Amino acid sequence: MTPKSIAMQTRRQLLRDFLTWLKENLFSPWYNALITIVSAAVIYVALKGILHWVFYGAKWGVVTTNLRLFAVGPYPTDQLWRVWLALGLALVLGGLSWGAWGGRSLVALILVIPFLVVFWLAPITPAAKRNWTVVLFLFVLSSAVAEFVRPLRKPLQKILPFAWLVAFFVTLVLLHGFKGSQRLPLVETGLWGGLLLTILLAVVAIVLSFPIGVLLALGRRSSLPIVKLFSIFYIELIRGVPLVTVLFMAQIMLPLFLPPNLRIDKVLRAMAGMTLFAAAYLAENVRGGLQAIPKGQYEAAQALGLNYYQTMRYIILPQALRAVIPAIVGQFISLFKDTSLVAIVGLLDLLSIALSVIAQPQWIGLQREVFAFIGVIYWIFCYAMSYASRRLEVKLGVGVR
Amino acid sequence: MRGEEKGTAKGLQVHDTGEDIIILEDVHKWFGDFEALRGINMRVKRQEVVVIIGPSGSGKSTLVRCINRLEQHDQGRIIVDGIELSHDIRNIEAIRREVGMVFQQFNLFPHMTVLDNITLAPRLVRRWPRAKAEQVAMELLERVGIADQAHKYPGQLSGGQQQRVAIARALAMQPKIMLFDEPTSALDPEMIKEVLDVMIELARSGMTMIVVTHEMGFAREVADRVVFMDAGKIVEEAPPEELFAHPKDPRTKEFLAHIL
Repeated sequence: MTPKSIAMQTRRQLLRDFLTWLKENLFSPWYNALITIVSAAVIYVALKGILHWVFYGAKWGVVTTNLRLFAVGPYPTDQLWRVWLALGLALVLGGLSWGAWGGRSLVALILVIPFLVVFWLAPITPAAKRNWTVVLFLFVLSSAVAEFVRPLRKPLQKILPFAWLVAFFVTLVLLHGFKGSQRLPLVETGLWGGLLLTILLAVVAIVLSFPIGVLLALGRRSSLPIVKLFSIFYIELIRGVPLVTVLFMAQIMLPLFLPPNLRIDKVLRAMAGMTLFAAAYLAENVRGGLQAIPKGQYEAAQALGLNYYQTMRYIILPQALRAVIPAIVGQFISLFKDTSLVAIVGLLDLLSIALSVIAQPQWIGLQREVFAFIGVIYWIFCYAMSYASRRLEVKLGVGVR
Repeated sequence: MRGEEKGTAKGLQVHDTGEDIIILEDVHKWFGDFEALRGINMRVKRQEVVVIIGPSGSGKSTLVRCINRLEQHDQGRIIVDGIELSHDIRNIEAIRREVGMVFQQFNLFPHMTVLDNITLAPRLVRRWPRAKAEQVAMELLERVGIADQAHKYPGQLSGGQQQRVAIARALAMQPKIMLFDEPTSALDPEMIKEVLDVMIELARSGMTMIVVTHEMGFAREVADRVVFMDAGKIVEEAPPEELFAHPKDPRTKEFLAHIL
């Protein structure tokens, strides 16, 4: 047989397999065929309506005109380079992480293309087009570096977690600046807004609540009565109160308790509120993981002479945290969405920017476009977190059977 | 009390207990209302192999677990390698460094490779550099016959192999005493021998061992002394050939009749 006829044959085989699959899964017995046809009709009608609206009905001008507002809120235009720099830093680290943990840079490239197309078609400034192209290119490039320079992988996997942590603090300093500085003039947190603020709130709350939550979980199981009582009291108090209440407390009550000359700014207070709130829930998730660890693991560690810290650090927490990754990531995802509640206490996050845009007279009646747009943005971030968590589970699942 | 307080090396009170490495004096232990140990007196010499037998619930495991403080005794004294077990965490940690333990359920760390399981404690507690810890670990794995499994995870090994890793892990701390708490009870019959062979070799190499087991063949072969316990007390103790052939106490006779 010639290679060509083999190819023909496999193609025919594929077609036959496909038809069998259709028949087995969609068209037998007869009532399944009926259900298939009816659902196909429903999907067609719904999708047709949505797609028609997306491509013909919707007036996307409200989104593209206000894109900068959605992205950074009232952050001063002449200082925007700082946001671009922070974004570039995050995307370089993101690309390196992608490649270092087995992601293909080709996939990264394919992921980036639709964004590039959107940004090039959107009526944004040439400078913004150029900057987006550069940062997205940096993402693909750094993922390729991590993928193809093999000897870099192991050290990268070790360094990257710390690099992320350092980048997190560098970003905060970079965006905030210093009072009286020429190069990095102060940008008050009151001017932080849009997606930038949403991401910062979520990242700060996630990064800071994690260690606090783990300590609270350990505290709740501690044999020291004061530590234990405090942990239980704190966790149950916070869990008994809605997040909105905690945010209001942080905004309105906190200044009453502090001396009048000590004024903590609004964004910082919201960050503190969200962190303290998330920590209580995280503590309960981690406690669930701790309870799943058999007593024999503690005993084996003790019998080897490990002290409490070593037992927790090397034996118990690695197993407990691995067991609760899905729960923790689920919590982080809802935390990301919960940042929209800060709109109530007057911060300019993505949702409140959206609300203020549709309140303007020239955009009246365009709520659907705006809400669809920020909905997609929330979805992209939440799905990315969910995807990362699945990758992490697979990666850490090695050897546990 | 024979031992006199000798000195305070590293702030620890050290007793000179002569050739006895483990001394238990009138040890009592309660679990709530249940008295698990009712006045245990026992001495173990250096390099001695003691096998503890007895019906379930007789306090064998509790006794062994008190020696490295996995259980806390409520009354009496326990002195291990010259150090008395007290509430002082330094004493407890000092004793645990010198006492290795092997559990019925292996209790290997499932998230680490075999090699990491073995090198963890020497590196953290003894502060050995990685190279030294790994070299010692590989020698021990060679000794228990599974050097080729060093980079697997515990879940990928058979029960017998896991228990041999557990023995190697305890030996890596270079303990002076090894405690075995029913090491073969959770194993399939065909794997018991491979673990017992390792223990026999260890006993012959001069390790001080206390072994809770139902393997009478093991007791016959290497035990210097067999201790029979019932209801929280030591009923009878003697060299194996004597205890198995001429048990004195009726309870010992009855137990041996069941098991032999």
